[in-house]
Amino acid sequence: MMRCLLPAPMLLGVCLLLGACLLPASAQAAPVRIGSKQFTESVILGELALAGAREAGIDAVHRRELGGTSILWRALLEGEIDAYPEYTGTLTQELLKGVPANADIATLRARLKPLGIGITDSLGFSDTYAIGMRDDEAARLGIKDISDLLQHPDLRFGFSNEFMDRGDGWPGLRRRYGLPQTNVSGLDHTLSYRAVASGAVDAIDLYSTDAEIPYYHLRTLRDDRRYFPRYEAVYLYRLALEQHAPAFVSVLHKLTGSIDEEAMRAMNARVKLRGVGENVVAADFLGIHADGHDGGLWPHLLQRSAEHVKLVAISLGLAMLLAIPLGILAARLRRLGQWVIGLTGVLQTVPSLAMFVFMIPLLGIGTWPAIAALFLYSLLPIVRNTHAGLVGIAPELRESAAALGLPPGVRLRRVELPLAMRSILAGIKTAAVINVGTATLAALIGAGGYGQPILTGIRLDDVGLILQGAIPAAVLALLVQGLFELVERWLTPRGLRLEARQ
Amino acid sequence: MSTAESPGGIAFALVQAGKRYGKVHALERTSLAFAAGTTSALIGSSGSGKSTVLRLLLGLEWPDHGHVEVDGKPLQRSDVLPLRRRVGYVIQDGGLFPHLTALGNLALLPRHLGWNRERIQQRAEQLAALTHLPVGVLERYPAELSGGQRQRVALMRALMADPDALLLDEPLGALDPVVRHELQDELKQIFDQLGKTVIVVTHDLAEAAWFAERLVLLRRGAVLQDGTFHDLRDRPTDAFVSRFVEAQRRLPEAP
Repeated sequence: MMRCLLPAPMLLGVCLLLGACLLPASAQAAPVRIGSKQFTESVILGELALAGAREAGIDAVHRRELGGTSILWRALLEGEIDAYPEYTGTLTQELLKGVPANADIATLRARLKPLGIGITDSLGFSDTYAIGMRDDEAARLGIKDISDLLQHPDLRFGFSNEFMDRGDGWPGLRRRYGLPQTNVSGLDHTLSYRAVASGAVDAIDLYSTDAEIPYYHLRTLRDDRRYFPRYEAVYLYRLALEQHAPAFVSVLHKLTGSIDEEAMRAMNARVKLRGVGENVVAADFLGIHADGHDGGLWPHLLQRSAEHVKLVAISLGLAMLLAIPLGILAARLRRLGQWVIGLTGVLQTVPSLAMFVFMIPLLGIGTWPAIAALFLYSLLPIVRNTHAGLVGIAPELRESAAALGLPPGVRLRRVELPLAMRSILAGIKTAAVINVGTATLAALIGAGGYGQPILTGIRLDDVGLILQGAIPAAVLALLVQGLFELVERWLTPRGLRLEARQ
Repeated sequence: MSTAESPGGIAFALVQAGKRYGKVHALERTSLAFAAGTTSALIGSSGSGKSTVLRLLLGLEWPDHGHVEVDGKPLQRSDVLPLRRRVGYVIQDGGLFPHLTALGNLALLPRHLGWNRERIQQRAEQLAALTHLPVGVLERYPAELSGGQRQRVALMRALMADPDALLLDEPLGALDPVVRHELQDELKQIFDQLGKTVIVVTHDLAEAAWFAERLVLLRRGAVLQDGTFHDLRDRPTDAFVSRFVEAQRRLPEAP
């Protein structure tokens, strides 16, 4: 009979890790990494930089839809990405302290230089914040300017979460105009158009280049007290690129002054309202052929599956390597056990979105911080089930093993772990299935996977795209469940199955 | 260690040993000696402390007072693993590990001691003959065995490494009367044949008297009487001894 040094579930963990390493790795020898925020215009500008780079023969990747401003900014500062599209207003209002709101790009360039960040000139348009209402409603109430809102304190506002919080958003707007409205709710920006169109709210924040403004027959209210700063579109990039990839920096500079507001709104409209790929729109704008990398459903699905499986397998494998010994320890030392289970329980209560975002300052963006978050989520079910399985062994069996004169390590390996095997495997299965679901959020921090089409689908209001992520995720969860049932049948000793049948 | 049966045995003693679980006295301070190579039976109702005696002798429990002596030396915690390997221990429902076949159960300790497969197989067949267990049964899992077969396998597991002593805690308690009677005969033969120190715990006076000359009757954690069956029947030291003997006599299968 084979003498195994590691208990079988831990071997399974090692197998998962090895298997995951054989999956195609996503990052190779340092291509230029372009980031974009989680809205269409930013993604298009990211694609423009990517297409321009590839046209110039530069190896580049685009990490799309990484999240909001703070994530992109931090990722750029920490070198997780090399460039991303930003707006001057965001720099003056949010990112740089003590810069006048009307600072010009030369001033910003001087302020960014010590941070190791470069800035291009304006791309040619300003995408400023504005307040929009349904045109018919605004006409009925006689509202043209933002200060007209003062006469209508009952109006309901639906603002994007970012607008609600930032200094140049709602709090400042309210102060500047003395707006009396109290019915203000936070919405996802892409959903707010539908909310205002359906009459669920009366006014929303919007960007002046949004494609939906004509589509939903909205009126943008005149900023009569000049509250909103200019939001000139620019690219930010790491100054280090001027040494390693000067060609890429000149690609970015070549794009400046080339996109006017109308062109941007048209590109936004093609993506959001007509469902054309951002890469195609970007390529058309540059007058080149769209790159082959957007090769249709199957290659995409394959790539996302590889990313998703990699996230789940590595995080689960690592979790098993730690959680099984922790569970054993918890079963041995009661007092410590309560602490271990309590602590892993607390980890479980951290909202998953928050968990992913917490990882950014620690580990940056991409695959590894996502794996770290999933790893932490996997601990509790495995620790708890390992502990429960060991503690639940009949005392007379535990004592029989002791009475034979076997040392504790041998008892654990030969008797206790096999008897606890089912419970341990059930814990691993639970962790795996939860992981498959939670990993869809990993796309928020640039780890890809099935969450990517879901994010894009929400942004573009495209149910088909959402399903391209949601269905494979559900199928994968079922597959994982089935796989673990097979593993369970294979690893559960035959004698225990016979016993259970009696 | 040889596969031949070694005569002799281990001398056990409790010296003023007492054990409490919370407020319950499982065993009052008790001194009891079991000479090497003798067979003794501990009898009494449930909760009398008779199982506690065995558990103290094996180091599965430690006394709150006094100590345990093995071959005249106080038992230390560091002696426990080697001691247990010299002692076979059998409990009521066998304590067989359900995830291992009968042979797997038998092989646990020998394999740890470095025996090869042939030696384990040989010893298992030898013991199967001794306990009248068909060799084919060894490939089965505990769930596939009858109660009698399970007890036989448990006894074989206890005997695998040729221990110097056997401690049995209600070894036949879970069996039907016919099988039980059969196994009583076999066990008696085995005890006589092996010449080891044997201590049997049972609540059945007839069974105790069948196995052992010396009977130790316990009640509420204290020894009431220590003597032969005739001493207990004819010279009881306490009214409870008579009641215990009376109650047992009414059993239809008593000899």
